[in-house]
Amino acid sequence: MSGLMLVFLVVLIFVVLYQVARSSEMVAQIQGEQQFDKKRNKILGFSMLILMIAFFVGIVWCHEYMLPLMGPEAASNHGVQYDFMFKVTLWVTGIVFVLTQVLLFWFCFKYQRNGDKAPVFFAHSNKLELIWTTVPAIAMAVLVAIGLKAWFTMTGEAPKGAMQIEIVGKQFNWISRYPGPDGELGKKYFLNINDKDNLLGQDWKDKRNMDDIIIPNGELRLVKDVPVELIIGSRDVIHDVGLSHFRMKMDAVPGITTRIWFTPTITTAEMKMKTGNENFVYELSCDQMCGKGHYSMRAIVVVETQAEHDKWLKEQKSYYVQNHPEEFPAEAPIVAPVDSSKKITMNK
Amino acid sequence: MSNEAAIHTDVHTHDSHGHHDDHAHHEHKQHFITKYIFSQDHKIISRQFLITGIFWAIVGGLMSVFFRLQLGFPEQTFKVLTMFLGDWAHGGKMDPEMYYGLITIHGTVLVFFVLTGGLSGTFANFLIPLQIGARDMASPFLNMLSYWFFAIAGVIMFSSLFITTGPASGGWTTYPPLSALKEASMGSGLGMDLWLVSMALFVVSSLLGGLNYIVTILNMRTKGMSMTRLPLTIWALLFTAILGVLSFPVLLSAAVLLLFDRHAGTSFYLSEIYVAGKALPNVGGSPILYQHLFWFLGHPEVYIIMLPAMGMASEILATNSRKPIFGYFAMILSLIGITLLAFLVWAHHMFVTGMSPFLGGVFVLLTLLIAIPSAVKVFNWLTTIWKGNIRFTVGMCFALGFVSLFISGGLTGLFLGNSALDIHLHDTYFVVAHFHIVMGISAFFGMFAGIYHWFPKMYGRFMNNTMGYIHFFITFVGSYVIFWPMHYEGVAGMPRRYYDFSNWESFKQFGELNQMISIAAIIVFIAQLFFVFNYFVSIWKGKKVTDPNPWQSNTLEWTTPIKPGHGNWDGEIPEVHRWAYDYKDDGNGGDFIPQHIPLKEGEESH
Ligand code: HEM
Ligand SMILES: [Cu+2]
Ligand SMILES: [Cu+2]
Repeated sequence: MSGLMLVFLVVLIFVVLYQVARSSEMVAQIQGEQQFDKKRNKILGFSMLILMIAFFVGIVWCHEYMLPLMGPEAASNHGVQYDFMFKVTLWVTGIVFVLTQVLLFWFCFKYQRNGDKAPVFFAHSNKLELIWTTVPAIAMAVLVAIGLKAWFTMTGEAPKGAMQIEIVGKQFNWISRYPGPDGELGKKYFLNINDKDNLLGQDWKDKRNMDDIIIPNGELRLVKDVPVELIIGSRDVIHDVGLSHFRMKMDAVPGITTRIWFTPTITTAEMKMKTGNENFVYELSCDQMCGKGHYSMRAIVVVETQAEHDKWLKEQKSYYVQNHPEEFPAEAPIVAPVDSSKKITMNK
Repeated sequence: MSNEAAIHTDVHTHDSHGHHDDHAHHEHKQHFITKYIFSQDHKIISRQFLITGIFWAIVGGLMSVFFRLQLGFPEQTFKVLTMFLGDWAHGGKMDPEMYYGLITIHGTVLVFFVLTGGLSGTFANFLIPLQIGARDMASPFLNMLSYWFFAIAGVIMFSSLFITTGPASGGWTTYPPLSALKEASMGSGLGMDLWLVSMALFVVSSLLGGLNYIVTILNMRTKGMSMTRLPLTIWALLFTAILGVLSFPVLLSAAVLLLFDRHAGTSFYLSEIYVAGKALPNVGGSPILYQHLFWFLGHPEVYIIMLPAMGMASEILATNSRKPIFGYFAMILSLIGITLLAFLVWAHHMFVTGMSPFLGGVFVLLTLLIAIPSAVKVFNWLTTIWKGNIRFTVGMCFALGFVSLFISGGLTGLFLGNSALDIHLHDTYFVVAHFHIVMGISAFFGMFAGIYHWFPKMYGRFMNNTMGYIHFFITFVGSYVIFWPMHYEGVAGMPRRYYDFSNWESFKQFGELNQMISIAAIIVFIAQLFFVFNYFVSIWKGKKVTDPNPWQSNTLEWTTPIKPGHGNWDGEIPEVHRWAYDYKDDGNGGDFIPQHIPLKEGEESH
């Protein structure tokens, strides 16, 4: 009922406003077209000026409000490059923005019609048009040059010795896999998948799988200053590995393997100090619409020191062992039978 | 069929041309249904498109109010949600499934039904014959079909809101496998089929319309109306139609393949999938193929939306500055540049799909190239109003607002087009801010400018000015308030298409801001109802037009009677002697010379 009342009220307001507006136009008619035109242009020309001032004040105010809410500095090598590039682009576009908006609103105010000024017939000028074709072209060339340089480093081959971690999306969580002591991820195939004891569809005939560690909640454990390559996949629909603190992102596409690499530069603990936020965590967000649970597809990323990482790794049991405890009498070392030449990818 | 013969002229012919009397004769017998429903008069069809567009804009807008309630107030419940959504909002809290359904349909109907069908359909139909001097479209019948396909597409889309599994809910881009597998989401059931069928019909409508517009512009210009004398509105509508005709079929093929994958067991887009506890047999397809097909339309689509707005803004800015448009040929060249480049940049929506970095690099280059013609247009508009005699009609205000918004939104394209930056910004609120400002709001501003400007020609009455100004200021300020802060959220990495952010350590600090945005969105929505009210009341109650050329404009539509009948001109179609922008001293104290006035002795044509 109250909804109906509300609708009624809104309509009533509309009608009243319309009537008021109409009568104000009657007045205008009595005043005469010319007089009315002049008055209107004066009011609106001036309003445009006010609008511009409000616009810029609003922007500054918004900026001040937002700054403390923005995330911390970039936490990866690529992120630093990104932040630099962002600043350059912001300056270039910022200058154009202020220039053009000021001109737009200023012209509105300055050139309002107020009487019978002779119209200016100015239909084209090759010189001007040439200038504002070439200047943007040069600016674009600069942006493209900076951009492509960054793009090719970011998407280039991961450096030798990068740590490899697999991250797989499914509705609606992430699963991560670490290569284990042999430093290599084993083969997998989607037909082998089952949610009971083979989350990723590992092929147990491939012995490299035996020591692979799976973290079913997708936690990523990265080491400060050690490059990491993420091997990205999906079990069902398209997801996206979004690592906003590291300024990195890559789709997880079923049937296709995608990769990104970067070097984390700030540990979680350090970031807690920097931000003064006890609860700070790096988060991995799913950035590609994947269904009703999309918004909750979250995983934690921990950046730690090498020592901490090694300690953590030691405590993990391989996924195979976890699921086949009977084959492994307690305490036996869980190392897959691989030749020692490729022990750890890091010294490959 | 000759142009003249196809038409029945209206009754109030005042001239003595014999053949008109016959026509006037069976005009009397025109039934309401043939005159207003199954009409073949381009002016009626244009109003049908516009009113259908307004309906869809209200539906789409209301949906955005609903999901903004969820985003701004995730902890609260709202009776109004239950009222509209029923079981989808039990106890006043919207279901995630419904949230995703709403954003999907919101995006689809605003992009396609409002800003493509509604915008092009309205103004291409209305302005092309009137401004080139033709009695109607090349094929009035196909034109009518175009509207009815559009209407049926709309009915199907609308019906998908009422089925038990809900409407399509994979986002307006409907990427497979999500959209291909009914196991993956409720909305991928019947709702998705209806979405695909509706879009297929929409493509048909758009092709029928587009071909008609192109043929009409190329073949049916009146005597003297050479291509280089056309108003920029017509140039823009021409390229809009060309873009549509060349790219919409690709969307159709994408949709057809998707239907096959859904129902015929094919694997165009599917490979190695394990969903809902079982592995699917499909191998060898690629979901990325769909994205290529979709964006091959999708990017041109954004210019299909943009160009008509650009054309109308050019026309309105020139008319109300009492100055010729600056750089007419540069404007045409930049339209051509935009049209060509629009086909070559689609993969900038796919930088993070794992595409080859080299290919990505090529698309960066092509994408940033498109900024050049865009910049030329902006500078030309600014120079057009420079030293003008600006008359602030409501249409003019909206055209000026359009320029402001286009600048703001275009500039953020430079961030997104640069792949290294897009890696971080992709699928965040930065993209949401970018495309709403540059396409959503600014195209709406172009559309409003057009409606306020040509309303007198459509209905023989004016819309109420004062209400128009209120509408302008609320919408202009409100749009920036809504979308400006979203850039910041995006830079902080806040992902788009999230139902709730409160569990995210990195994004929950924006809660208060999201509230503010939602409130602004509701206010702006109400201001649009204000416009709708003004529109409909003014059809019957608006101030009557007494001067056939109320804006002292140069183009041909103002040489028709105040309420032109089917056939547009009572007598002969006027002959054109000059370009559309002779806003200059006419020698008798006036400041404009319409296109049908012959050149004076010694006067140089442009
Ligand atoms: C200077 C010119 C422009 C450039 C360089 C540019 C660049 C881009 C890029 C790279 C994206 C993809 C962002 C992402 O998803 O990560 C994008 C998105 C988008 N742009 Fe633009 N853009 C420009 C102008 C426009 C114009 C004029 C329109 C509309 C008329 C437009 C509409 C859109 C839309 C609708 C999307 C988002 C589609 C979606 O993902 O849902 N852009 N733009
Ligand atoms: Cu997701
Ligand atoms: Cu695009």
